[in-house]
Amino acid sequence: MSTPNTANPGNTGSTGNPGGGSTTGAGNTAGTAGFARARRRLALARFWREYRRQRAGLYGAAILIVAVVLALLTPLLTDSAGLDVTQATGAKMAPPSLEFPFGTDESGRSVLLMVLWGSRVSLLVGFLAALLSMVIGTVVGIAAGHFRGWTSAVLMRITDWFLVLPSLVLALVLAAILGGSIATIIVAIGVTSWASTARQIRAQTLSVEARPYIERSRALGAGHWHVMTRHVLPNVAPLVLANTTLQVAHAIVTESTLAFLGASSGQVSWGGLLRGSYDWGAATAGAWWYILAPGLCIVAVVMAFTLCGRTLEAVLNPRLRGVSR
Amino acid sequence: MTAPLDTEPAAATAAAGPAMERSAHRGVLRYALTKLGGALLSIGMVIVATFFLFRLIPGDPAIAYTRDVPLSPDQLDLLRRQMGLDKPLMQQFLDFVLRTLRLDFGTSYEYRRPVLDLIGERLGPTLVLVGTGLVISVSLGLWQGTRAAWKHGSRFDRMSTGVSLVLWSVPTFWLGLLLLMVFAAGIGPIPGIFPTRGMEGVDAPDGLAYIPHVAMHLVLPCLTLVAVVYAQYLLVMRSSLLDEIGQDYVTTARAKGLRDDQVRRRHAVPNALLPTITLVFINIGFVVGGAVSVETVYSWPGLGLLFYEAIKGPDFAVMQGTFIVVCTAVIIMNTLADVAYRVLDPRVRSA
Repeated sequence: MSTPNTANPGNTGSTGNPGGGSTTGAGNTAGTAGFARARRRLALARFWREYRRQRAGLYGAAILIVAVVLALLTPLLTDSAGLDVTQATGAKMAPPSLEFPFGTDESGRSVLLMVLWGSRVSLLVGFLAALLSMVIGTVVGIAAGHFRGWTSAVLMRITDWFLVLPSLVLALVLAAILGGSIATIIVAIGVTSWASTARQIRAQTLSVEARPYIERSRALGAGHWHVMTRHVLPNVAPLVLANTTLQVAHAIVTESTLAFLGASSGQVSWGGLLRGSYDWGAATAGAWWYILAPGLCIVAVVMAFTLCGRTLEAVLNPRLRGVSR
Repeated sequence: MTAPLDTEPAAATAAAGPAMERSAHRGVLRYALTKLGGALLSIGMVIVATFFLFRLIPGDPAIAYTRDVPLSPDQLDLLRRQMGLDKPLMQQFLDFVLRTLRLDFGTSYEYRRPVLDLIGERLGPTLVLVGTGLVISVSLGLWQGTRAAWKHGSRFDRMSTGVSLVLWSVPTFWLGLLLLMVFAAGIGPIPGIFPTRGMEGVDAPDGLAYIPHVAMHLVLPCLTLVAVVYAQYLLVMRSSLLDEIGQDYVTTARAKGLRDDQVRRRHAVPNALLPTITLVFINIGFVVGGAVSVETVYSWPGLGLLFYEAIKGPDFAVMQGTFIVVCTAVIIMNTLADVAYRVLDPRVRSA
């Protein structure tokens, strides 16, 4: 929160009302733009200084960078032909060895290879589902906070409904009905997980809208759209950022659960690997590598996102500082 | 769901004595009725959403509902008429609502039995699992959260927060798989102690010996559910007690010379308990999701397993019925929690 709080009074002056923009000259706007840029850079530097101080957040960020880079490099480093059951070279359910560091699965494929390729699906679904959920949550939250009367009441009714319903059960039904492609899994997770975000954003919107500069902006003729996008959105953006990070963690867990419960069709993902291990009785056969490798990947990535999200929250929301850490 | 939306100012504070008492009671009643109306609306939304959601199934519903059951064209035709597919959509919708209100969820073609019967016989095991799990995780979470907050910053606190963050990141089903591998199947030097699946073995004894037999089967599923669920109770209890510790009345209690233990038990904890208890009920939906994973891993014969089997089928009639029943149950629990909170907390009541 510290970033926009200090940034805002300036913001209303530079990018604020349409009337002010039309009266100032072109050179003047360029000057304020430069000023805004410098200020933003300053705010970013301050943010990084604060963030760097939290060791947990740094660990989280490091794990994330490693995971994303590995996922991106997988097609360059490895051959997807190894995922084909007919071309498997190893022994069936072999424990870790030099050739197969994470062992092999029921048809002799390398678990390491599958974990690497699985990370692409898991991370992709995690990011996109979180993005979808954040877009829905932000739009609904800002609208519910900005508009009064029945619009707000109806929006909050729907939000509460989604908040109360068991989201995993709803996502399972959605995935089962729409079929289990990557796109439908993303939709199923995104549509079922936005409610808590919308609630937080609405609360924040209400507090922002009570500030005097919103009244000033209205008096100068700003419409709903202008107030929502130019004044409310920049103020809730930090909250959205922290929330998205936590949401990715949630989405990755949900994706793996959906895949494990058989709601997604066939892609290699971490949850899908665990589904395979369960189907082939890896737990009772003592094939620990088959269960540990994908599971530890999920836990590591999810924890990294959680740590980053909590650190972002702590840095961006001064109210939380000192209490939670 | 102590919604900020509902903080309408009640004009009860101005009145004095018994009048105030009476209007406070009326306030609670009005609040309960509002919440009841909201719950009925939510349940209605569940029914409407279910109807339209299950119309999204691609292809012919008659075939989708009877997957893998060989039927002649005549039979299919009859079935379509039975399902009301030849009627206009509005009529289908009304029929669906009326049938649902009569608790008629249709027939499962997988089991060839009414869905309601299936749900009825699976309800018991789920209640045993979720009930036991909730009692353990709530008491453990509250106890540990209280201790962590009271000794804020201590090693116990840091360890508790760390452990709950890790548990928070662990997918329920994976933890189940791990426990299954280590304690049920046995690995290396560790022998498998607990049964791997189900609620009772083939050699289930009768009479009193049946209870420990089921309890043995319950240990691992329950442990998994508790591990995943209790972390958030701990974190919420901790933060809500931390809020209270900073309050003036706690300082006053200390200044009076009360023992530390008394300050905690008589003053701080009761106040911190209320938001936590509400959260317990709000999170019932989350627990239900966890129960689906746990029951799947351990083949615990409850509603979650029924739902999982319906998805795997897919058996849309069962899926639809289970979905409506579970959602309704969750909504009712939430409404009860809301009203109870209002009754229990005098601050909310008179405000």
